[in-house]
Amino acid sequence: MARFGMAIDTKKCVGCMDCVVACKTENNVPEGHNRDWIVTVANGKFPNVNLEIQSQRCNHCDNTPCVACCPTGASHVHEVGAVVLVDHNMCIGCKACLASCPYDARFVHPDGYADKCTFCIHRVEEGKLPACVSVCPTHCMYFGDLDDANSEVSRLIASRKNHPLLPEAGTSPRIFYLI
Amino acid sequence: MNSVSRRKFLKISGFSVGALAATSAFSPMLKGVDKLNKEKLKGIKIIPTYCDICFWKCGTLAYLKDGELWKVEGNPKDPLSKGRLCPRGTGGIGAVTDPDRLRSPLIRTRQRGEEVWKEVTWNEALNYIAEKMNKIKAQYGPESVASFSHGIGGNFLKHTLKAYGAINFAAPSFAQCRGPRDVGFELTFGEAIGSPERTDIENAKCLVLIGSHLGENMHNTQVQEFANAVANDASIIVVDPRFSVAASKAKYYLPIKPGTDIALLLAWMNVIVSEKLYDVEYVTKYGFGFEQFAAEISQYTPEWAYPETGIDPELIRKSAKEMAMHKPSTLVHPGRHTTWYGDDAQRSRAIALLNALLGSWGRKGGFYFPVSYSLPGYPYPAYPAPSKEKLDNPGRKYPFASEEITTGIREATISGNPYPIKGWFIYATNLIQALPNQDETIKAIQNLDLMVVVDVIPSEIAGWADVVLPESVYLERYDDLHMSANKTPFVGIRQPVVDSPSDQKPNWWIAKKLAEKLGLANYYPWSHIEEYLDYRLKAGGLSLARLKQEGIILGKDKPIYAEDGVPLEFNTPSGKIEFYSSQLQEAGFDPVPKFKRQEQAPSGYYRLLFGRAPVHSFSRTQSNRILMDTMGENEVWVNHDVAEKWGLKNAQSVRLKNQDGVISNKIKVKVTERIRTDCVYMVHGFGHNSKMLKGAFGKGASDSGLVTKYVIDPLMGGTGMNVNFVTFEMEA
Ligand code: SF4
Ligand code: SF4
Ligand code: SF4
Repeated sequence: MARFGMAIDTKKCVGCMDCVVACKTENNVPEGHNRDWIVTVANGKFPNVNLEIQSQRCNHCDNTPCVACCPTGASHVHEVGAVVLVDHNMCIGCKACLASCPYDARFVHPDGYADKCTFCIHRVEEGKLPACVSVCPTHCMYFGDLDDANSEVSRLIASRKNHPLLPEAGTSPRIFYLI
Repeated sequence: MNSVSRRKFLKISGFSVGALAATSAFSPMLKGVDKLNKEKLKGIKIIPTYCDICFWKCGTLAYLKDGELWKVEGNPKDPLSKGRLCPRGTGGIGAVTDPDRLRSPLIRTRQRGEEVWKEVTWNEALNYIAEKMNKIKAQYGPESVASFSHGIGGNFLKHTLKAYGAINFAAPSFAQCRGPRDVGFELTFGEAIGSPERTDIENAKCLVLIGSHLGENMHNTQVQEFANAVANDASIIVVDPRFSVAASKAKYYLPIKPGTDIALLLAWMNVIVSEKLYDVEYVTKYGFGFEQFAAEISQYTPEWAYPETGIDPELIRKSAKEMAMHKPSTLVHPGRHTTWYGDDAQRSRAIALLNALLGSWGRKGGFYFPVSYSLPGYPYPAYPAPSKEKLDNPGRKYPFASEEITTGIREATISGNPYPIKGWFIYATNLIQALPNQDETIKAIQNLDLMVVVDVIPSEIAGWADVVLPESVYLERYDDLHMSANKTPFVGIRQPVVDSPSDQKPNWWIAKKLAEKLGLANYYPWSHIEEYLDYRLKAGGLSLARLKQEGIILGKDKPIYAEDGVPLEFNTPSGKIEFYSSQLQEAGFDPVPKFKRQEQAPSGYYRLLFGRAPVHSFSRTQSNRILMDTMGENEVWVNHDVAEKWGLKNAQSVRLKNQDGVISNKIKVKVTERIRTDCVYMVHGFGHNSKMLKGAFGKGASDSGLVTKYVIDPLMGGTGMNVNFVTFEMEA
């Protein structure tokens, strides 16, 4: 069984938000919402500044507070790639998952269900890369199976310095930022 | 990890999620699609075309799902996008669904600028225009109709106007943008940089960016190559008063004092020449006047440059040596928007000379020789011979201008000299935000008998027009063939993917109909643009059907580097690279660039700098709801210490007031460590005040409104615009 994750090279990322725009059109994300977003972390004092630009989204965590707290079972771990998904029909829009996610990855779709990044499972199941990965003009995003030691993502995570977001939240996130 | 939460991030960047969420219609219109037979269109259909959200013209694949426009992706065959569009291009469908776009022809019913209109038919609008044009022709001559345009879409209108007898055509892309750069390089190497830039960024081992913020400035091919250069561990050197995204990738960041780049360039060249680090063989073989040049720059040591630039002499030396170490694969990027201080052609010449020392012109990792596909033109009748000369640059006042000067036409329109200008045709360029000093533009407009704007959105300039003609957006129309010179020759097609939702028309149709109204139908021997395209393609041995299918057809690769046998020839008076320029000297200019101090900010004021954001093109995309969802307003970047002095808090609203007392719209402050203390920065294109642009109205502030002052480049007429200073007006 695959366990999908991402490695994102912050050295190459320019923060252009193409990943954000591509997600919006691919997934018809409603106006006013985004499933992914850019965070720029700046440290230091001018001119000795250090920037890290992070393309963020649902981390498709191994330990999923959002699934654990869902009263209806709408939030679930998909059989393919252990991707965390929401079943729109089962979701009652109670927002428990929104509150439980340390990454603020979820929002309520105007149609009433909790929505967020799906790792573009509809594309992945057709053998394509997620929309954000395949649009990125700097080729800085990598997607693949973290359980396969030979996958590009696994090799990058093994060979390059990296960090996930908020590891202290204990959710075992599956997106790693290469630094 | 210092991670900002999404909720906080949204707040910081000034999104108003709640307000936007209230209007949740994502794709409500596309009315035109209804006209198509949906039965035939079940499932996914892919139609190739090319993008028009900026002028780069990337090859695009448009996806229809059940006949409705779904998304656009890059065409993998395209040498420019390599299958990946930039964020603006990716958001291109937002131009189709934009609820604020122009829908029907409009004729003004009240004073110019009041934006009161009546909707008219195309017939009425074109009759009105033709009648006025005939009057102007009778009274003043056809030369008195001038035109401003941006992008390939203007081709057919220009053809109609030339057939009418017009001769004054200009685009802000010269005197307000890349003109100084092209002139500086022409004076040195005998050739301009062109667009797309002939920069071999991905093979550069050392890349120097001077004020060029690649990554924020999203010229697709360049950004992709930049990322490759970063991945290849190229040494990046960034010179910028602002710690740009590119600066964050740099080995050496030089936080230069604004307006002193020439001093830095002279000092760099001083180090490279005095330590004999230049490409001696190349300079000896191809250089002209090197001894005079070397003697002139011997005075400009890094120690001399230090008090001017604020850059530590050691950093100047180290970065110069880094460049020399990687020659000739060191690319000192010429930039694009280079109209900064009015001495910009000379600064660009200094950049060209530095490249010449490093031997990068014509070399891999430097400047390549661009190649393009060539197809015969359409055999039109000859245009009428003009009885007057162009008036943008009378008496060659700006002797090295290589294209027409917009602001020269504006000046002539105000003064009536050397002859009156009575009509303006404006295609797809928002002159109010593109030209410096809006009052002068408005003053010129008052002298017109006819002002026509052809555009997809009601930008500020449309608000001043007598007649506004709504154009179909690029996904709804054909255009001329795309054959930009770059690394691989290709021909690309723009073709309609969906119907226009209302009464918008493609520019070729507008131009042809207008020609007919003017009695110039003989200039359009074809009845539909497909015939025109077919003619040109057939003449080149290609077929329209195949191009429509593939979107892009590649030509044969040709050598693009001197290393591969392209001869190094220079179209300069000496036939060599002009280290010393006799033609500049003869015209009374410095034959080797000199540094002159810029005027400094009055106390309590800061130099206003502006630039690009990756998700917006000029002032043309702020009504695109998809792009506005990623960046809905601009911010003014203020150094932390300056903010503290003024008691400014992050995300607080202020207004900016310039040295002439002009006050901006409200704009949010971004308190940051990423900028010097003597300047502020904002992204260009926001602060719209066209009432018809409902989504963009009043969002952020306009840098252009604050650019009341400009300094004209005496070599080529470009308008230096980084010469304005602003202070803060607190909001209650
Ligand atoms: S598209 Fe790529 S380069 Fe642009 S912000 Fe997203 S991850 Fe970064
Ligand atoms: S993986 Fe798909 S759904 Fe998730 S952020 Fe990327 S484009 Fe959006
Ligand atoms: S650079 Fe971006 S906006 Fe410009 S043509 Fe290419 S995809 Fe379109």
